[in-house]
Amino acid sequence: MIMPEECKKAAEFFLQNIDRLITKPTRFMEVCGTHTVSIFRSGIRQLLPEKVDLVSGPGCPVCVTPNDYMDTAIAYAKNSNVIITTFGDMLKVPGTSTSLYEARAEGADIRIVYSPLDALQLAINNPAKKIIFLAVGFETTAPLTAATIQTAQKKQINNFFILSAHKWTYTALDALLSDPTIKVDGFLLPGHVCVITGEAPFSFVSERYAKPAVIAGFEALDILRAVYMLALQVQNGQAKIENAYKRVVRTEGNPIAQNAISSVFSNTSANWRGFGGIENSGMTVNAAYAQYDALHSIPVTKENSRENPACRCGDVLKGNINPTQCPLFKKICTPEHPAGACMVSIEGTCHAWYKYGQGRYHYGR
Amino acid sequence: MRGINMGKGDITMEDKFITMAHGAGGVKSRELVEEIMVPAFDNEYLRQMHDGAKLPVKNNIAFTTDSYVVKPLFFNGGNIGKLAVCGTVNDLAMTGAVPKYISVGMILEEGFPIKDLRTIVDTMSQAAAEAGIYIVTGDTKVVNKNSGDGIFINTAGVGNLIDGCDIAPRNVKPEMDIIVSGYLGDHAAAIMALRHNLQLPDTLKSDCAPLNKLVYKILQAAPKIAVMRDATRGGAAAVLNEIAAQAGVGIIIDEDKLPVRKEVRGFCDILGFDPIYLANEGKMVIFADKTYSSRILAVMHKDVYGKNACIIGSTNSIAPGEVGLRTAIGGIRIIDMPAGEQIPRIC
Repeated sequence: MIMPEECKKAAEFFLQNIDRLITKPTRFMEVCGTHTVSIFRSGIRQLLPEKVDLVSGPGCPVCVTPNDYMDTAIAYAKNSNVIITTFGDMLKVPGTSTSLYEARAEGADIRIVYSPLDALQLAINNPAKKIIFLAVGFETTAPLTAATIQTAQKKQINNFFILSAHKWTYTALDALLSDPTIKVDGFLLPGHVCVITGEAPFSFVSERYAKPAVIAGFEALDILRAVYMLALQVQNGQAKIENAYKRVVRTEGNPIAQNAISSVFSNTSANWRGFGGIENSGMTVNAAYAQYDALHSIPVTKENSRENPACRCGDVLKGNINPTQCPLFKKICTPEHPAGACMVSIEGTCHAWYKYGQGRYHYGR
Repeated sequence: MRGINMGKGDITMEDKFITMAHGAGGVKSRELVEEIMVPAFDNEYLRQMHDGAKLPVKNNIAFTTDSYVVKPLFFNGGNIGKLAVCGTVNDLAMTGAVPKYISVGMILEEGFPIKDLRTIVDTMSQAAAEAGIYIVTGDTKVVNKNSGDGIFINTAGVGNLIDGCDIAPRNVKPEMDIIVSGYLGDHAAAIMALRHNLQLPDTLKSDCAPLNKLVYKILQAAPKIAVMRDATRGGAAAVLNEIAAQAGVGIIIDEDKLPVRKEVRGFCDILGFDPIYLANEGKMVIFADKTYSSRILAVMHKDVYGKNACIIGSTNSIAPGEVGLRTAIGGIRIIDMPAGEQIPRIC
């Protein structure tokens, strides 16, 4: 990313004004993991005045995937009739006693794919096998899973299944805000999610909880601009939803993608790492497409799941602590040997803190 | 080629695939060597056909070995054979030596197409010719089907150390310039795109190349460079971290000075990779006193493998052992040692 001089000037403008507008210690939460990574990669945390703290939220799909989901996936992987297909970063996520990565080393057939359509193609190529796609992700990935299931039905592919962990981002934000101990003064809303959902699902942030929120893009300047807009709202005592990513996000979102989700999925209670069960926060395959739901069609027995009690991913995901306050961080829990999901994903908060050095190096804050 | 007698006559290699017989030491083994290896690699030392090659070398030599396993075996810009020659040539060059002789050990999987083997061997011969080195001894073994990945290659090599050069991490001091020889990440991007069936423009190809002639020219112009290293596995990030740790210096590089092709940057953005961690097979990182930089760059810019060389940052005494990158908006992020394999992300 080579920025011309004007961009550097713009960054300085935003930083100076944020410093001017914010007069007391203020915490903004970036909900999305892609924001977290962009913030670290561009060094925004060090450039912001110390009174402005950015905390990461529950917006990394890998991180909020609980152990029981991983244990189920691993149990399926051990079925010699099954090929598990997954996005790469699920491989190393620890389950209760092992991971897909270890299961693969022990002989399970687990393939990395870039799209559920790749998994569907694999099903077409391997009619004797059952292909299970680990459908993890938020509103951004769910439409493609839905479209793939619709394609499977049209093409009458009967050996393609999904194990759904698709989730609605805004439900976690609602759960977070309903907790009175959470101290956040404003939100950077996930730009890519809003491309699909539009602004409406997030309106409760300002309406019910009176918090300012800005839909933000992912370049360094997008983020600085959004923080600046939050600072303006804080200074003026406002609480509204603003869109700082209009070049991509339309107010109403993407109706085609929304339709795909609602045709194939219905809402269900889902488990979130760190939050526990949240009502209507998950997407499960609805009755019309039930045959594509692995849990419906392929029996499985998994081990009893439990979370590592020392792992504080939950508090990290809620923005209660930063990763360096977790007793496992960089001692037991490292990217090579992750104890919790937040250390696994490239977009995980702990991974970002570890990788980009906060709390570990001389450089940076 | 050890254990194989040169026979006369006109044996023709009609087999289409490698069989276990090609590794049994009999007629088939001889055919493999005489019809594929010897004609391609031919030189006076190989022609000795002894248990080992007898070679003229000066007193001080450099010696290295490396094994090559790559999937896919053929890719835009080269194949496993080119990697095996260039890799060892480059390792020798990085020590400040003039590479001279290399050995080739091949482990072939039963059923490997002879046509592919010929292509690989021809490529190795071309790479050796370009680098000006001799392939002087070798070995082939065959393993059962499913016990290998088509072909594994080991090469080892020796080279004459250039008088007056002392290439070592301990020579790196604070306030030195850090130079890279060209665009970063081309090789890994080309390989991963193929491995994962991603459509990328044809212009994206492996940078696999022998750097020894470029290195020789650099050392003629500036014999006192502190250290250089080829940025293979782990990319430039691994080299910078190794040198920072071994020399006990801090390193800051500038994001907007890093040479990365637009298509590689796009590839990285999509998959969540960082080009500085991507493997290269024809790029090196040089640490040198600032007074030498312009001389070094002038030489590099005249060479096909160094024409995009540039200074990417410098060493310091502020943070010994640490590598930082100054971002385009002026922040600093840490570039640490790569951990595990690069795995693409969800969204």
